[in-house]
Amino acid sequence: MAGGRADDEGGGAKVSRRALLLGGVQVAGLGVLFGRLYTLQIVDADQYTTLSDENRINYQPIAPLRGRIYERSGLLVASNRANLKVIIVPEAAGDVRGTLDRISRIAEVSEENRARVLRRASRQRAFVPVMVMEHLTWAEFAKLNAQAPSFPGVFPEAASVREYHFGPELAHVVGYVGGVDRWEADDERLLQMRDFEIGKDGVERSYDRRLRGTPGVRRVEVNAGGRIIRELDRTPPGNGENIFLSVDLELQRFALERLGGETAATVVMDVRTGEVLVMASTPSFDSSQFVGGISHAHWRALLAHPGKPLLNRAVEGQYPPGSTFKMVVALAALESGVISTKERIRCTGRYHLGNASYGCWKRSGHGKVNMHDGIQRSCDYYFYEVARRVGIDRIAKMARKLGMGGLEDLDYSDAKPGIIPSVGWKLATLGEPWYPGETLIAGIGQGYVLATPMQLCVYAARIANGGRAVQPRLVRAIGDEPTYPEEWPDLGIAPESLAFVRDAMDSVVNRGGTAARSRIDVNGMTMAGKTGTSQVASLAVARASSQRNGGEVERRYRDHALFVAFAPVEEPRYAISVVVEHGGGGSRAAAPVAKDIMTRVLERDLPADAAPDPDEHANPLPHWPETRWPETGNG
Amino acid sequence: MADSWRSEKNFALPSKVLRLNWIAVLVIAAIGALGVVMLYSVAGGTLEGWAERQIWRLGAGLVLLLVIALVDLRVWLAASFPIYAVVLALLVAVPYFGTSAGGARRWLEFGGGIQLQPSELMKVSLVMALGAYFHYCADGKISKPLYLIVPLVLVAVPAALIVKQPDLGTAALILVVGLAVIFQAGVHWAYFVAGGIAVCSALPFLWHTLRDYQKERIYTFLDPERDPLGAGYHILQSKIAVGSGGLEGKGLMGGTQSQLNFLPEKHTDFIFTTLAEELGLIGASGLLGLYALLLAFGVYTAWRAESRFGQLVAGGVTFMFFLYIFINVAMVTGLVPVVGVPLPLVSYGGTALLTLMAGLGLVLNVALHRSMPLERGGSGGGGSIALPKWPVRK
Repeated sequence: MAGGRADDEGGGAKVSRRALLLGGVQVAGLGVLFGRLYTLQIVDADQYTTLSDENRINYQPIAPLRGRIYERSGLLVASNRANLKVIIVPEAAGDVRGTLDRISRIAEVSEENRARVLRRASRQRAFVPVMVMEHLTWAEFAKLNAQAPSFPGVFPEAASVREYHFGPELAHVVGYVGGVDRWEADDERLLQMRDFEIGKDGVERSYDRRLRGTPGVRRVEVNAGGRIIRELDRTPPGNGENIFLSVDLELQRFALERLGGETAATVVMDVRTGEVLVMASTPSFDSSQFVGGISHAHWRALLAHPGKPLLNRAVEGQYPPGSTFKMVVALAALESGVISTKERIRCTGRYHLGNASYGCWKRSGHGKVNMHDGIQRSCDYYFYEVARRVGIDRIAKMARKLGMGGLEDLDYSDAKPGIIPSVGWKLATLGEPWYPGETLIAGIGQGYVLATPMQLCVYAARIANGGRAVQPRLVRAIGDEPTYPEEWPDLGIAPESLAFVRDAMDSVVNRGGTAARSRIDVNGMTMAGKTGTSQVASLAVARASSQRNGGEVERRYRDHALFVAFAPVEEPRYAISVVVEHGGGGSRAAAPVAKDIMTRVLERDLPADAAPDPDEHANPLPHWPETRWPETGNG
Repeated sequence: MADSWRSEKNFALPSKVLRLNWIAVLVIAAIGALGVVMLYSVAGGTLEGWAERQIWRLGAGLVLLLVIALVDLRVWLAASFPIYAVVLALLVAVPYFGTSAGGARRWLEFGGGIQLQPSELMKVSLVMALGAYFHYCADGKISKPLYLIVPLVLVAVPAALIVKQPDLGTAALILVVGLAVIFQAGVHWAYFVAGGIAVCSALPFLWHTLRDYQKERIYTFLDPERDPLGAGYHILQSKIAVGSGGLEGKGLMGGTQSQLNFLPEKHTDFIFTTLAEELGLIGASGLLGLYALLLAFGVYTAWRAESRFGQLVAGGVTFMFFLYIFINVAMVTGLVPVVGVPLPLVSYGGTALLTLMAGLGLVLNVALHRSMPLERGGSGGGGSIALPKWPVRK
């Protein structure tokens, strides 16, 4: 019993000890918890604060307004129209059907829209907005806005949509906008916005970055479900810059009318500044059709049209320049000194080189011809001989100087480079050596040589402006910042050589040359130019076609007609190029067109350097109320 | 001095009310009040709903606590086995009559909207039953294998029933609390070492008996970033909430993680997360401090109690209380897998709150009856070696 008693005492002490031991475990446990809290809340607090903010804060871009585009005389060409929509948030509306009925009392909701809204509302989360309809009238929109407080869950919204005011005339110049394609989406948040549109063609595309503007940002607090709780703050968007075209609508319209039903292109530019006053290509299309997405039928019709209206021939059409190329050869010859302007060459009508022979267009021959005569009468024989003496590489070098073979600074995307062949070029692209006969062919702008009407116009302009490396400018100013320098750099061609060529071109038009019938005289101002006729098919093919077609060559085998010119002859201001596809001879089909257009240009007598003033062109669009409903967050 | 404490007069009701450890009651009320504040906050600044009902429950709980504390300890000793038997019977009834929620059957519904979770009641009942057993068991015998069968059965049967519900968290808690009482009773430590080794080697087999969602929870615990929007989401969001609270917190109702619904179960199991986010380390460690005071009081009571039953009940209930705190806080801070254990006296919920109040009432009771001599069987007086109620052949 006594032992038991002792055991009991010992047991009691042991139990007390163990109670303390368990107490120790508890102290340790609380210590661990405190340590954990200290780590999370003090040591790693910054990291978790960041994560917490990332959780709750959502950044939503606000789309900027796209910059407007004006033509030369200040007419608004491309602007933004409010697309007035009404949106419903099912959660806030509660009774979606009833709400649609109430909207219908102000603006009729079609059965189709109704069905779509109800379907969407039942499928997605209740706080995700659904668009009821768009293109509301101002009256409907204003009424809805006024009644919005008593329409829970109904939000009138004003989005912006592009509008083209002179679609048919300026489609090729301005281009159009469209939804962002996957391959176009860069890092910019803007492009990831729903319904955002970017330039797809023309100036809209080449100046897209400037027109686009910068997005604003709305910081909103969202909950775990992605629902917006409140707006924290916002940075307004920076709207796109306004752009002022060099193109003059009246001249452009005239040029398009003058080209008429032909597949043709013409470019007119200011030889000193590079401003492109006209860039016309026929047939054309209406860029307004692209607003809000072109319909399938329209798109198919454009693609199926035999004249390829989407093709801007002024920069995408590549043609052998034919005789218009002869000034390149002449300048290359004068600069390298292989021939003087005085030296006469006897044209027999057929030039022999090795075993081959090359005909002049005048089979009976021109007789004795100097350089002036060679250009004025467009003697092929003379230029065969000169080209042979100069060599292809020096011709190519001069052609590039004058703007052919690719304009590195053209403010138009999708421009084609053309081809200026050389020994190295042929070896690199065709893997074949250069044959001497090919130099002769290139000397009259045939063979491999290809140029676009834009390049031909630049070529004429550089001759006319005394050898300045002028570049074409479809846009004369972005905001109030001009796009061209005060003076373009010098190309390093001797002024006498250029003066000689200009004089020869003068005689082409005004002293009984190949374009004598296209002489103009506006207020004592005259035009100087050069005709070109480029062969499309070989003589044999043309002859065969003629036999099939009852004595007339089928249109597709007919020669292209070309003409390059500048005016006035003294102190030139404008250069022009005209290409009429399958138009026949340049003097017959192209020069008269150039004459008429240039006459108009000279008559219009545009102010030289009228700096564009954006303030003059106040926004003619009404201001619409800002969007009031929150866009979707994560969803 | 000691003798004077032993006089019957000290155990008269007015004397007991005076001697009751009112400071401990105040600490309990303070913890409960902090819980109400947090429920007010997670409800978006309203007493309606959670906070209001929690106040009523706390009030009821405090009354229960005081009643239990003031009843004679001998009554509880005598009632231990019957209570255990009733709760075990309820537990057995759960699979047949219980209501299921979330794939588990844990609740018994009685008329008048009264719901009971027998697994909760079992926690305190088990501590009492074990305390009573070891109270009556002679000290010299308790480490003998034969004498360990009864306590192990007392622990294993309810644990097994709760695993079946399935409610792994509560079962584990029951098991650990039971083992803690057995340990405190003085059973030789070698058993615990051997048991530990046995459990470790059995783990691979136990793994296969787990349900998929239970395995998933453990995977998720091991690597919360594995699937941040799936199972790991809760742990991650909870850690973000706690961490972003910093030292001072985001202010009441200013916890973005809680208020914007990034947290699950923010009024029940994850309420500590909201507290840590909104009141910061200061608030969180303040609550831990209050808990520490209560635990210290419990451990002191267990240490100083003169009856074996009192020692074991106080120690067991205190340890259980500690486990609740530890598992809950460790869970929401990503230290242990997500198991459904509420934060004692703070989380919204009825049964758990009442169980804990009852348990704390017992601790207060033991403290009040610290010096009361309790019969250890036989004819009374000194401690008897043999257990009359548990005849053992030699």
